[in-house]
Amino acid sequence: MTIAAARALRNGAVCFVGIGLPSTAANLAARLHAPELVLVYESGTLGAKPEFLPLSIGDGILAETADAVVGVVETFNYWLQPGRIDIGFLAGAQLDRFGNINTTVIGDSYDAPRVRLPGAGGAPEIAASCREVLIIMRQSPRTFVERVDFVTSVGYGSGDGDRERHGFIGAGPTMVITDVGILQPAPETRELVLTHLHPGVGLQEAKAATGWELVASAELEHTPPPTTLELSTLRELEQTKAGRSTVGVL
Amino acid sequence: MFVLSTVVRDPNILPPARRRAEIASLDVAIAALVRDGDTIALEGFTHLIPFAAGHEIIRQGRRRLSLVRMTPDLIYDQLIGMGCARRLVFSWGGNPGVGSLHRFRDAVEHGWPESLELEEHSHAGMANRYAAGASGLPFAVLRGYAGSDLVGETDSIRSIVCPFTGESLAAVSALNPDVAVIHAQQADASGNVQLWGICGVQKEAVLAARRTLVTVEELVERLEPRPGAVVLPAWAIDYVSVVRNGAHPSYAHGYSERDNDFYLAWDAISRDRTTFQEWMEANVLAA
Repeated sequence: MTIAAARALRNGAVCFVGIGLPSTAANLAARLHAPELVLVYESGTLGAKPEFLPLSIGDGILAETADAVVGVVETFNYWLQPGRIDIGFLAGAQLDRFGNINTTVIGDSYDAPRVRLPGAGGAPEIAASCREVLIIMRQSPRTFVERVDFVTSVGYGSGDGDRERHGFIGAGPTMVITDVGILQPAPETRELVLTHLHPGVGLQEAKAATGWELVASAELEHTPPPTTLELSTLRELEQTKAGRSTVGVL
Repeated sequence: MFVLSTVVRDPNILPPARRRAEIASLDVAIAALVRDGDTIALEGFTHLIPFAAGHEIIRQGRRRLSLVRMTPDLIYDQLIGMGCARRLVFSWGGNPGVGSLHRFRDAVEHGWPESLELEEHSHAGMANRYAAGASGLPFAVLRGYAGSDLVGETDSIRSIVCPFTGESLAAVSALNPDVAVIHAQQADASGNVQLWGICGVQKEAVLAARRTLVTVEELVERLEPRPGAVVLPAWAIDYVSVVRNGAHPSYAHGYSERDNDFYLAWDAISRDRTTFQEWMEANVLAA
């Protein structure tokens, strides 16, 4: 999952990075094929080049190695809002077939939720204004659902044309990378379809891990297995992690 | 004096200019500034979180506070769990890189120790609300929230039509807390303050608030200019208190490291009500 996400980051892209898996993937890409990748953390550290993986988006190492450190108002208004960020990473507790994300509440009622999640953070505007969005999530019927309980951040809304109606400048989620494979929006409908399976995963397994009737692309492929260099670089990076993060990484 | 508008502004929004900040001990400053029922903002984006000031508010037993903060992390978890809060205005309530804030969740999911009203935004919305408050404007405009269910739950998010282009944009009401508290690295003897590293929304929070306190690592003879620093002149601040390591387990760039182990340990401490209360008794109330 981390390696698949790292591969999706092209050299030179400006990338808005959240903590956990996105941060690991971006740092991995920067050490492999994308040395010119620009990492922007929402704490306002533009062009951070951490030598080790931070635990939070505000660790000191990010400010020390950044090209510039700016305030939060500036981060969102001057850098994100006008479309200066190429790729935004998002994740959530629930995702639906149109790439809408819930990070707010689980349950039918906002006022009396079954599970109170952390909330939106930067996600609604990242989802709207990054040129494209990569979503990284573990895939299960519990998390990949027909309808999210709460739309925190919009993917493709209820289908083709919705992003345009909202006036979003970004293209939306171009790739959903999971532990099963990769889903991408169908050009006509914007529904997420399975385009890649990771090595060793079957189509039935992928369907069983999805809460909606998952459609597989006619050109369904397997992602190439991780190379020795990718694996060893990831392990090295993991060993440098600040603290013992409980967030799943592999 | 020029009359700029027929709308009479609340004269309490911005206090009259002062000559210099009063330098006082933390307990004196908190007692002077924070009252039951106040809307207070303790800001600091991961870095420079004013933990010591939050602990003093808990020790002084303040109640029914409206807590404002973009990222209510451990210090707000503690204030909520200790029954100080009635309302939370926020954009992301988690333990960064670790998981849930258990006291926040317990309050929202089970009303323990009391129920907590929420006013929920995105980061962009909160940042712009502070900026509007600091600017003396009633609201801020941004491209945000479109299509999000937050719009239906949060009254302080509305839409507005651009008078020039006709485009529909989000409007968010200004934040003007009664009290803003931040932590900084240094102040001089007059109470001029300098902070550097990740500066978050501290400047906006201070300038938006009616009353302000800055806790600092140390008092210095002169503030030496630093790249990217925020300098707040003494006449924009009410109180300065010297609290060495006052951001722990957050950190002060150049003075301390973020105590990541504590953030990880908080997960187990805060998960259970009794363990939490015992920890607060031993480490905050008795301190």
